[in-house]
Amino acid sequence: MAEQDWKASKRTFAAVSIPTLFWVIVFFLIPMAIVWLYSFGENRGLTDIAISGTLDNYKRATEWLYLTIFAKSFAVAALVTLICLIIGFPVAMAITFASEKWRPWLLLGIMLPFWTNLLIRTYALMMLLGTQGYANKGLGALWEGTSWLKTLVGLQPLPTWEPVQLLFNNFAVVFGLVYVHLPFMVLPLYAALDRLDRSLIEASLDLGAGHFRTIMRIVVPLAAPGIIAGVMITLIPALGAYLTPDLMGGTDSQMIANVIERQFKKANDWPFGAALSFLLIYAMFILIALQSMRKKVPEVG
Amino acid sequence: MTDTARPIIQIQNVSKRFGKVTAVDDVSLDILAGEFFVLLGPSGCGKTTLLRMIAGFELPSEGKILIDGQDMVGIPPNKRPVNMVFQSYAVFPHMSVADNVAYGLKIAGVKGGEAKDRVAEALELVKLGGFETRMPDQMSGGQRQRVALARSLVMRPKVLLLDEPLSALDAKLRAQMQFELSELQEKVGITFVTVTHDQDEALSMACRIAVINKGDVAQLATPSDLYEYPANRFVADFVGSVNIFEGKLTLDDPDKAAVDCPGLGKVYLNHGVTGPHGADVWIALRPEKIYLHVPGEGKAVKAAAQDAPDGYNFARGKIKGMSYLGDITLFEIELESGARIRVSRPNLSRHDQEDFTWDDKVSMHWRADSPVVLLG
Repeated sequence: MAEQDWKASKRTFAAVSIPTLFWVIVFFLIPMAIVWLYSFGENRGLTDIAISGTLDNYKRATEWLYLTIFAKSFAVAALVTLICLIIGFPVAMAITFASEKWRPWLLLGIMLPFWTNLLIRTYALMMLLGTQGYANKGLGALWEGTSWLKTLVGLQPLPTWEPVQLLFNNFAVVFGLVYVHLPFMVLPLYAALDRLDRSLIEASLDLGAGHFRTIMRIVVPLAAPGIIAGVMITLIPALGAYLTPDLMGGTDSQMIANVIERQFKKANDWPFGAALSFLLIYAMFILIALQSMRKKVPEVG
Repeated sequence: MTDTARPIIQIQNVSKRFGKVTAVDDVSLDILAGEFFVLLGPSGCGKTTLLRMIAGFELPSEGKILIDGQDMVGIPPNKRPVNMVFQSYAVFPHMSVADNVAYGLKIAGVKGGEAKDRVAEALELVKLGGFETRMPDQMSGGQRQRVALARSLVMRPKVLLLDEPLSALDAKLRAQMQFELSELQEKVGITFVTVTHDQDEALSMACRIAVINKGDVAQLATPSDLYEYPANRFVADFVGSVNIFEGKLTLDDPDKAAVDCPGLGKVYLNHGVTGPHGADVWIALRPEKIYLHVPGEGKAVKAAAQDAPDGYNFARGKIKGMSYLGDITLFEIELESGARIRVSRPNLSRHDQEDFTWDDKVSMHWRADSPVVLLG
């Protein structure tokens, strides 16, 4: 009905869409187009950029050094997505099957981090993981305790505790990204699992399947749209992650977004930064295109 | 039916509470091997909870359930010798019909040729031969239900549980499926336990019916006993249509009884009631058991109605409502007391409905063994 009305009164539809359309064009499409044009330009002096139609930026961007950074960014993002999926699926299942009383609170718990600024959350995580942080203090206490127990039974004590380096390495980047992106994975998974007809699960149990087989044969295939949505919604931002590797990573854990940032700032090479940016955008386009080509699971009403 | 006396399911003092709500309240009943058993009751009466406790999806708060003599405590649904057809059918939407039916067999370790034969046999049984490669979204609701049936029957369970199996089908299909389910049950010889709120469905399919009210068994009887000899007002009212009048038992001999009803007058019975003299009782009278006289016909029939021991059951009234249903016409008649009574009359000829109109003064009579005296 509503759809029909919109089709009938095209003018109202146009009037309502103009502000949004204006916003998208002026603040998104035009700046993107400018950046796209820059990627075919070259630096003339400090601030001038001549758009000469050169492909040199792309040639440089596909050099081995940058391709490895692209590959590494993909690997990190994929690992983060996989960990989020492995952690997020049971969490989403737990929320789905929690009692009516608990479910809103559990969902709130998942969404709570969104209410805090990413930068603050990242610093908080860094305090936790630092050499003087709680993680190390906890491990240290365990170490001391073990050492004390050993002396108690007459064994040699352990050597003195050396704090573990948990920050400024690849581990910290993956840990931080998982921490930031987990809610993005859990929410679409929850949405998909919540829609699942419970009697399908019961039917599987009724026919003799155990819980694990029911999850693998019934729940996962039917939650596939949610799983794919969760993977995309985690993978794409993780691929372009900038803040986490910048703050928590070491010298060897920079991702493609950090390289791009450097081109626009320190290196002052906007055309090259633009080319790298667009290669990243094309990669994301390919991911989205792959997702939309997937065979749809038919729904039974 | 073989070995009818052997109980396949024994429900012993089972209660189920959800928080403060008691869904099933101290129910004990036996379901016999090979019978078509129906749990009938209004929505929210606890009948589905009872079925789900047999399947193992809910655990009794108290009491125990035995299937084929074995206590089901601690036995999960996937280890119970019963299978269920769900109200929504729960056909797996991402699997073909054959894969749906083979799902349980694969888990049970039935492989290759035998699995294939059993799937084909089950599909043939529910008249879905040739549908093996269809996907559920290419099928109608009725066909999906047959898939669900085949998927359960292929497991050769000791008991097949059906949760409101016909509620999602349209009227015509429902009538056909009632017939087919009874036929199927006779053919496979498996005990069927069906939950329904539809009394027609229950009466037409069941060997025995347990009427459930507020978590308790109101009556357990064969369909005809349930209809003709209801044990209480709830059953009389829930199963079929009925006129109920309050009264006092004024005469109670071994071979006759009388109930004085302010609404209906004195009602005579040709059998004893064994209730305390002067007790408050209720008279239940089915609309089709009342003979309505065409205006002016009354006098001639008076003599024929004299089968009651002490006079006959006779009443007068005025037609206040009529609904013509084709096969029968339903009348709502205001009695001289002001109370109303419903009477149904078969349209034996093509002109029967022309004999009556609103506000006609009519008389009616019923046999002395037609009313049922209810003590509760």
